[in-house]
Amino acid sequence: MDTQQALFHYLLRLGDTNLILGHRLSEMCSRGPMLEEDIALTNMALDHIGQAETLLQFAAEVEGKGRSEDDLSYLRAETDFHNLLLVEQPNTDFAYVIARQFLVDVYQCLLYQKLQESNHEVLAGMAKRFLKECTYHLRHSSAWVERLGQGTEESHRRIQQAFHDLWGYTPEIFSAKPYETVLAAANIAPEAQDLEMDWTVQVLRVLSGASLHKPAEKAAEIPSGHTAHLGHLLAEMQYLPRTYPGATW
Amino acid sequence: MLQNKTNVSSDVEELVWERLSLIPDPEVPVITIVELGVVRDVQWDGKLLRIVITPTYTGCPAMNLFVAEIQAAMHEQGFDNLEIKTVFSPAWTTDWLSTEAKEKLRQYGIAPPVQNASDDPFAPPPVVPCPRCGAEHTTLVSQFGATACKSLYTCNVCQEPFEYFKHF
Repeated sequence: MDTQQALFHYLLRLGDTNLILGHRLSEMCSRGPMLEEDIALTNMALDHIGQAETLLQFAAEVEGKGRSEDDLSYLRAETDFHNLLLVEQPNTDFAYVIARQFLVDVYQCLLYQKLQESNHEVLAGMAKRFLKECTYHLRHSSAWVERLGQGTEESHRRIQQAFHDLWGYTPEIFSAKPYETVLAAANIAPEAQDLEMDWTVQVLRVLSGASLHKPAEKAAEIPSGHTAHLGHLLAEMQYLPRTYPGATW
Repeated sequence: MLQNKTNVSSDVEELVWERLSLIPDPEVPVITIVELGVVRDVQWDGKLLRIVITPTYTGCPAMNLFVAEIQAAMHEQGFDNLEIKTVFSPAWTTDWLSTEAKEKLRQYGIAPPVQNASDDPFAPPPVVPCPRCGAEHTTLVSQFGATACKSLYTCNVCQEPFEYFKHF
C-alpha cells in the first residue's frame, strides 16, 4: 500500500466516523429533552457533518477517480464504510446519545491534538480547526455525564447502563490498521493505538467525577464488518440520492 | 514595466479589500467578513481576480453565503474572471479579531472571545464577563447557541441573558 492509498483509507475512516455520528445526532433534531439541548445536539451534528464534508472532499481528491464527497457519502455500500462501530450505535435513549458522544469526543480531541502536528500541511490545518470544535463538544458531553451520573437514581442507572452497553465497541477505536502504520511511518498521522492510554485516563477521570464506575472489560460480539445498525441508517440517509439519481435543488 | 504592473495590481487589490470590508457577517452584522478574518488574500494579475478565504466553523452554513456575497460584490465591480479559493491552513481563529471588532461585538450585546483562553481541550472553560455590566459572575446556560460561533450565558449580577462569541 503506498502513501496515497493509505491516506485515502485514513480519510475515509475519519470522514465516515464524522458522517455517521453527524447523522445519528441529526436524528435527535426536535427530540432533545429541552430546547437548548436540541439546539446543542444539532449544532454538534452540523460540526461533524462539516468535518465529514471536508475530509471526504479531500479523500475524493486523493483518490483521483472523479468522485465527489457526495458520491462517497451517498453511493457507497455499507461494506465500504470505515467509520468507528461505536458511532453507528442507535440513539437508544438520551443517556446513550451522551455516553456515545463523550467516548468519541475524548478520542477525537486526542486524535486531532496529535494530527495537528502532522507534516502534511492540509491535514494539520484541518485537525487544528476540528480540535476547537471538538473541545466544545467534549465540554458539553462531559458536563452531561456528570449531571446524569450525579442526578437522580434513575439518571445514574441509565447513564451507567449506556456506558456498560457501549463499552464493548471502544477497543475497535484503537485497533491496528495497516494504513495507519504506513502514515505513521511517514509522520502524516498517529496510530490510534498510541492514543489509547490517554483516552482511558481522561474517560475514567470524568466517569469517577460523575460517581460512575468503569464498565467491565468485554469486547462486543462484532460480526465481520459492521453491526446491523449501519445498514438501516444508510437506507434512510441514502434514500433520496439513490431513488432520484443526480437530484439537485 | 514590471514595477508599473505591480502598482496597478496593488491599487486594484486595495480597491477589492475596501469593497470586501463593506460585507457584513450575515449573523453578526456589526462586524464585516474582513474583520472576522475570513478573507485571507486578494491577488490581481491583470486578468484573474483571486480571493482566498478560510472557513470559520467547518459546518457553518454562513460560509456559502460569504461566497455568494463576495461573488455578487465583485461582479458588481466588473470582475467577471473571479476565483474564490478556500484554504484550511492556517486555521481560522478568533485571535484574528481586532480589539476594535471585539469592542463592536460587546456594544452589540455579544460577549467577545476571551483573550488567552486555554487551547487544552481538557481544561475547564474560561470565565466570560457580562457584556452589559462587566460582572464576571456569569453562568453558562448552553455551550451551543443560535449559531455555531456562539454560546448562551446568563449574568448573575444584572440577570441579563447574553450570547458569547466563543474563543476559537
